[in-house]
Amino acid sequence: MTRGKSRDPDKTELSAVRVTRSRRSALWGLIGAAVVVILLATLPYVVYADVTDLLVNAFILLVLASMWNLLAGYCGLISVGQQAYIGVGAYTVLVLAQNGINPYLAIPFAVLVAGAIAVPVSFLVFRLRAEYFAIGTWVVAEVFFLVLVRVRSLGGGTGTSLPGLALIDPVFREALTYWSALAVAAAALLATYLLLTSRMGLDLTAIRDNEVAARSAGVRVTWAKRVVYVVSAAGCGAGGALLIISQLNVLASSIFSVAWSAKMIFIALIGGVGSIEGPIVGTAIFTVIQQTLAQAGAWYLILLGSLAVAVAMFLPKGIWGLISSRLHLQVFPVGYWLHR
Amino acid sequence: MLEVRNLSVRHRYLQALTDISLRVSPGETLAIIGANGAGKSTLLRTVIGLHQPSAGSILLDGRDITALPPHARVREGIALVPEGRRLFPSLSVEENLLVGRSTGRPGSWSLDRVVRLFSWMGDRRREPTVHLSGGEQQAVSIGRALMANPRVLLLDELSLGLAPTMVRRIYSVLPELVQDGMAVLLVEQDVAQALRVANHFQCLLEGRTTLEGKPAEATTAIIEAAYFGLAGRTGPGSAA
Amino acid sequence: MNWVNAIVQGILIGGLYAIFACGLSLLFGVVRVVNLAHGDFAVLAAYLALVVISTTHVPALLTFVIVAPLFAVFGYAVQRLIIQKSLEVSPLTTLLVTFGLSVVIQNLLLVIASADSHSFDLGSLISAALRVSPELSIGYVPLMIFLTAVVVLTGLQLFLSRTAMGRAIRASADDQEAASIAGVNTRHVFGIAAAIAFATVALAGLALGSSSSFDPSAGPARLIFAFEAVIIGGVGSLWGTLLGGIILGVAQAIGAQIDPSYGVLAGHLVFLAVLALRPQGLIRARLAI
Repeated sequence: MTRGKSRDPDKTELSAVRVTRSRRSALWGLIGAAVVVILLATLPYVVYADVTDLLVNAFILLVLASMWNLLAGYCGLISVGQQAYIGVGAYTVLVLAQNGINPYLAIPFAVLVAGAIAVPVSFLVFRLRAEYFAIGTWVVAEVFFLVLVRVRSLGGGTGTSLPGLALIDPVFREALTYWSALAVAAAALLATYLLLTSRMGLDLTAIRDNEVAARSAGVRVTWAKRVVYVVSAAGCGAGGALLIISQLNVLASSIFSVAWSAKMIFIALIGGVGSIEGPIVGTAIFTVIQQTLAQAGAWYLILLGSLAVAVAMFLPKGIWGLISSRLHLQVFPVGYWLHR
Repeated sequence: MLEVRNLSVRHRYLQALTDISLRVSPGETLAIIGANGAGKSTLLRTVIGLHQPSAGSILLDGRDITALPPHARVREGIALVPEGRRLFPSLSVEENLLVGRSTGRPGSWSLDRVVRLFSWMGDRRREPTVHLSGGEQQAVSIGRALMANPRVLLLDELSLGLAPTMVRRIYSVLPELVQDGMAVLLVEQDVAQALRVANHFQCLLEGRTTLEGKPAEATTAIIEAAYFGLAGRTGPGSAA
Repeated sequence: MNWVNAIVQGILIGGLYAIFACGLSLLFGVVRVVNLAHGDFAVLAAYLALVVISTTHVPALLTFVIVAPLFAVFGYAVQRLIIQKSLEVSPLTTLLVTFGLSVVIQNLLLVIASADSHSFDLGSLISAALRVSPELSIGYVPLMIFLTAVVVLTGLQLFLSRTAMGRAIRASADDQEAASIAGVNTRHVFGIAAAIAFATVALAGLALGSSSSFDPSAGPARLIFAFEAVIIGGVGSLWGTLLGGIILGVAQAIGAQIDPSYGVLAGHLVFLAVLALRPQGLIRARLAI
């Protein structure tokens, strides 16, 4: 706009603009992911059980971290209480297994129950402002724990084992567990991708960038947050279901422990909050650290905590954020491109 | 004396100010006029230190204060009456004024003198500021800035949201401030009011100076052209 | 069934919760930071007191003279070096950073001090009590803690309303930008607020060590109780935290009377009820803090 010239409102200087999804790179990303999943699915035939066990744990952590990432990265809601739904998922499988249903088939039910319970809880915890929301979710998790720990038939304080799997050949069972975990992890990532590339995903990105502006632009902010909270809970329910299946038993104090939130937070932070790739990178890094340092006990946690603090303060986009911005790379792009 | 040299300020992707220069001497009043979004408030906020310029410098009595944080600039002798008053809702009138004394600068403006400046203030000093009218709040905001005993006073849109008679009443305190040697840099959307009290003025449009001069020398037509950026007039220069 | 005794104990423990809560509330009200390591810092103070006792043989009740000022300085440093930097990244980064600090502190204490639980040796004071009636006895230690809470809250209230620094703190809490252009060094002021908050955290830790036993993992439960006291009482009101603490303590005591394992749960349920029915808490605050 030069000074001194009159503005003619009828003359537009913008030519037509085309808006597209990054179709080609998204396609490659999805094809690549599918290939990886297929390769991973063959592993039980190729490697020993300790490798697949390790991967089962990694897949569970990936699911949990992705779910936490959805809440934090796209809604700005930091939860320290998702372990409530991990426990709900695990106990749902337990109850169903105690009533004769195959635990593997119970996984979808765990997802549904966890999601269903999250709905009324969301009305409670959303009353808290963002900063207090974290502790509020923690209290809810504590309440779930304190209630469930009193139920004798579910093991009470001393825990109980998961029935229904004793008759399956252990090697086959471990493979089944592995494939279930792989399927759940792939489904969780796919669901996240679909959510973020949908209309709701656009709303979420707007909320993340500027909630007030999004609200005044007509985005139904509370509804979007609620959906994400429920989806996140459902995913954690799936994680809990996988946990009880892979461990073959459940102990209330450990399944409802805030240590799960700690792991989710560390993975998402270190990998990079706010992208789909971040939790994948974070899980990989975390698994490596865990494998090499778990013997160190408390020192390993001190290292992890310090790393989280440092990353939060100095590398807010995490390791993936660093890679992505240097290489201009996105494996699962969820944005749009502008073409003139 | 306040001097601004070639100041440029960016807001993320937007160039808010480009190459602004001005000078206000003791006892002088310089008015900055311009339409909404012209960059007037940004200018004052940058002078007080709430924004960092991308280029240029700010000098107070010859000393470069561009790198100082706001409270340090206040300690050097510059104070801002912000747009929208920005009083502290939890504090009473008197407490709001006392916060202005935080830097402990010596000078003639004491709590008593400020309260006397506005006749109604004495009786209502203990009231919470939320009970005050717009004009009264503006008075408290000015008083808070005066408590810092500044040598340069920045006034941002005093007339905003006030009735015309109230605006005149507020501006009527200006002579007393100026006669002590205070330099005043004010920003106003109400052009007539601004030109009534100013010795010099500068007009901003989209972050650039389009006109500067003395009120007496400028005709309405020239000012309008600079204010709106109308066709047929050329760029910055004095109005004479 | 001794309901009166339970309720009185509940009221007294409310004082302990109030001391925990006021630091959390102050830091949030002024700096807008929820310190998830709040409870862990208190436990750290308790351990520090143990060290002071064993090296200087100062009586346990007087350790606050050394520990509280130390923690005030520590709090100022944490605010200006860590929290300030985290706030600049994003407002919610502080949650993540303090959460990380919580994990670090708990495990550092575990490494340094082992998982054994400790408490302060108060000699005969531990069991000394005021015999009000055959069913009701009020322990000196809980009573002292309650009185300390009242003194601390009163002192805090006076400080905020009567002193220049208190005014600067309230102004900065109201509108940080306006405070800075009025000449307030808001970063320093936030540091002072954090210093005060951490001093109360130290007192809370000492009160904890005096009234019950503690171990490296005792922090999170204290954080949750502090938080519940703040919400029940009303965010933004200092005296509200005392009321909230009392209600929480009484709820826990009543729950424990019904069944010893119900105590904590009862407190949580009352908290959730307040959250559902009156989320602004019981005392509506005029102040930002």
